[in-house]
Amino acid sequence: MDFTITEEQSMLADSVAKFIENDYDFESRQKAAESELGYNQDLWQTYADLGWTAVPFDEDDGGLGGGPIELMLMMEQFGRGLLVEPFLANIVLAGGVLRRLATEEQKAEWLAGIISGETHAALAFAEPQARFDISNVATSAKVEGDGYVLNGSKSLVLNGGSAKLLIVPARTGGAQSDEDGITLFVVNTDTAGVDVKSYKTVDAQQAAEISFNNVTVSGTDILGTVGDGYSTLQAVIDEATLAVCAEAVGIMRTMHDKTVEYAKSRVQFGVPIGSFQALQHRLVETLMECEQSQSVLLWSAMVNDADGGDARKSIHALKHQIGTAGISVAKEAVQIHGGMGMTWDLDIAHYFKRLAAIDLLFGNADYHLDKFVDLSR
Amino acid sequence: MVLASTANTHCNLNVMLLADTEICRLPIALKNQPIAQGDSMNVDFSKDELAFQEEVRAFFDNKFPDDLKKKTESGIELTRDDFIRWQKIMNQQGWAAINWPVEFGGTGWTPIQKYIYANEIARANAPDMVPFGVKMVAPVIYTYGTAEQCERFLPEILESNVWWCQGYSEPGSGSDLASLKTKADRDGDHYIVNGTKTWTTLAQMADWIFCLVRTSSDVARRQEGISFLLIDMNTPGVTVTPIITIEGGHEVNEVHFENVKVPADNLIGEEGKGWTYGKVLLQHERTNIANVARSKVRLGELRDKTSQEINGGTPLIDDRNFARKLAKVEIELKALEYTELRTLAAVAVGKAPGPESSILKIRGTEVQQGIDELFVEAAGYYALPYVPQQYDLEFPDDERIGHGAETRSSLVYFNNRKASIYGGSNEIQKNIISKHVLGL
Repeated sequence: MDFTITEEQSMLADSVAKFIENDYDFESRQKAAESELGYNQDLWQTYADLGWTAVPFDEDDGGLGGGPIELMLMMEQFGRGLLVEPFLANIVLAGGVLRRLATEEQKAEWLAGIISGETHAALAFAEPQARFDISNVATSAKVEGDGYVLNGSKSLVLNGGSAKLLIVPARTGGAQSDEDGITLFVVNTDTAGVDVKSYKTVDAQQAAEISFNNVTVSGTDILGTVGDGYSTLQAVIDEATLAVCAEAVGIMRTMHDKTVEYAKSRVQFGVPIGSFQALQHRLVETLMECEQSQSVLLWSAMVNDADGGDARKSIHALKHQIGTAGISVAKEAVQIHGGMGMTWDLDIAHYFKRLAAIDLLFGNADYHLDKFVDLSR
Repeated sequence: MVLASTANTHCNLNVMLLADTEICRLPIALKNQPIAQGDSMNVDFSKDELAFQEEVRAFFDNKFPDDLKKKTESGIELTRDDFIRWQKIMNQQGWAAINWPVEFGGTGWTPIQKYIYANEIARANAPDMVPFGVKMVAPVIYTYGTAEQCERFLPEILESNVWWCQGYSEPGSGSDLASLKTKADRDGDHYIVNGTKTWTTLAQMADWIFCLVRTSSDVARRQEGISFLLIDMNTPGVTVTPIITIEGGHEVNEVHFENVKVPADNLIGEEGKGWTYGKVLLQHERTNIANVARSKVRLGELRDKTSQEINGGTPLIDDRNFARKLAKVEIELKALEYTELRTLAAVAVGKAPGPESSILKIRGTEVQQGIDELFVEAAGYYALPYVPQQYDLEFPDDERIGHGAETRSSLVYFNNRKASIYGGSNEIQKNIISKHVLGL
């Protein structure tokens, strides 16, 4: 058992931390978030130039061979900076599927552009009726000639407005909620019959509702084997869950730190409000929530890195912990900032919204508690 | 086996990641350099650690006496003689005082070895050493006492020839410990002690008591003028009166001192510095308080128990609400386990266990009490019988009401409300964290 990170991992974390600290201020973040695109494409290119977009991919594919520990270290820092550039959608979600299933030709065609920052991509993991259940896929793919015809709708496709390349789970067999019979297709958003309605989310991400109306795809645009897409989809969503939880830990710590500083400087009744025990004990609670969340994150990253027996279970534990603790830290931060915490101009409000969104992404705290219960039996 | 290396090629996770390197293009590949085994994060035990685990497990399997095992598994309290016998067995193995410096009889184990040991002793249902001697007074003696005092007291503690108890709280001084009034007036080569200590655990069994006493009232701060004094309970003027607690048991006592004559040789360290020594002791006490390993074993028992059918009834674990409550405690405990490991990793690179130990105390006791509540819930009606005399190996089986562990669950629950009060109440812990960690 060993808790040390390697020199390379330390360099990666330092590189991201330095950037967030010195080059990613809240004002420019807001400007990027409020732009039509919703993020800064020049910065996205910079991340690619720095090598960040290559981290999780195999060295043979032009990547750096990073795993869950590297992902954790980067995402925590992204959380601190409340980064809006679509790392999760491009690299963890779409890239996660390609990394696992794409053939050499498919990788050459699609993956290289994602790593270099030129191509945007998205994974359409949700449907309007499915809530958090990724096996609930009503979008159909019917054989026609050498290819398939897709019909159906996908909801909350992260980065859907920018994506050229969509990965679309569609049903080639089985009933609507079956794990068997889900096939993963690559669809270009320019294809006839693909309708993309993009929008911003409350947490300053950009997403899209995407419908497929008799969309023709070729048989060579299938990732993996027909009907076998679920297990990969699940593995990628698990990894993305770990990623947003690490981001959440970075956010929680930042909110906690900023709130403690505010409590020291805000004077009411002639004294700093941090001198009131009613606030002190609540700030201690948020500190403990941060520490406990960091601990579950560390455990989950380590067992997933080792591909240990508790890997799945740890993801459910982590998402439950982050959902409950994250919301409670966020609410306290806004409450203790008082009226200031309510304002659009203060970063606290935006950290809060991201934590609220992270609780919902890939299933909320209650959903994952029940999954944890099921795996404990 | 590395918990956290001080070598500069590694950085400790607790020291968070803002080193002074410039932003740079990442190395070609993160894992392109051969990494020696044990030089990166690893959740699994190494070969040496597994061998150690086997050794410790075999010891408890073979050397923890069957009659004591039967008692601990049936929830029957051990007697004074039981505890002494067990510590003597442990001392023969060299494990009676695992945290002491090696020169006084400690083990020199790494934090991971201590973690393994804690898991194994809990797994075997074997009791820890009674803490007052080994874990509480001894660290103060070997840290602040004279060589002569070490020689005089430590071997007797190690061999369990002397039973200690702790004299801190007083009827008027609980959370506000520094207001204590028990006086020790110097009279030649003696102190004359007058006052009352309370909540003194197992004083009825103790041979000696270590006390915080006031040696001077003429001080700027109340924390000054307090001294750390060792007192033989057989000295004339010392009396012990029992306090019966909520569940009906006799654990704690009041200890009265009336003109008790104590040799000045029994003073530890400097007169007036006792508060500092006492605080160090409390921090040791708090890391022990988290009790992660015991809680893990108890949760496993609870899961087993509630998964069983009784008389064709539905196992409680099938109740979604109960299963969720159990899952929440399990997640909190897993978090606590890693918080403790992170703290140990920090200690291993040379940081003292500081105010963070307060976090372990708070969350550790919350988890313990959460488990207590679930055991009561699991017992259902059988949490209600109050038949204390049946918790004895001699009690005839056919007269027993319910199953022992069930009927005892509410007694444990009521008794263990103490956990969030003792060792500095959880509210006091929050004050400590607020002041020393948050700087508020």
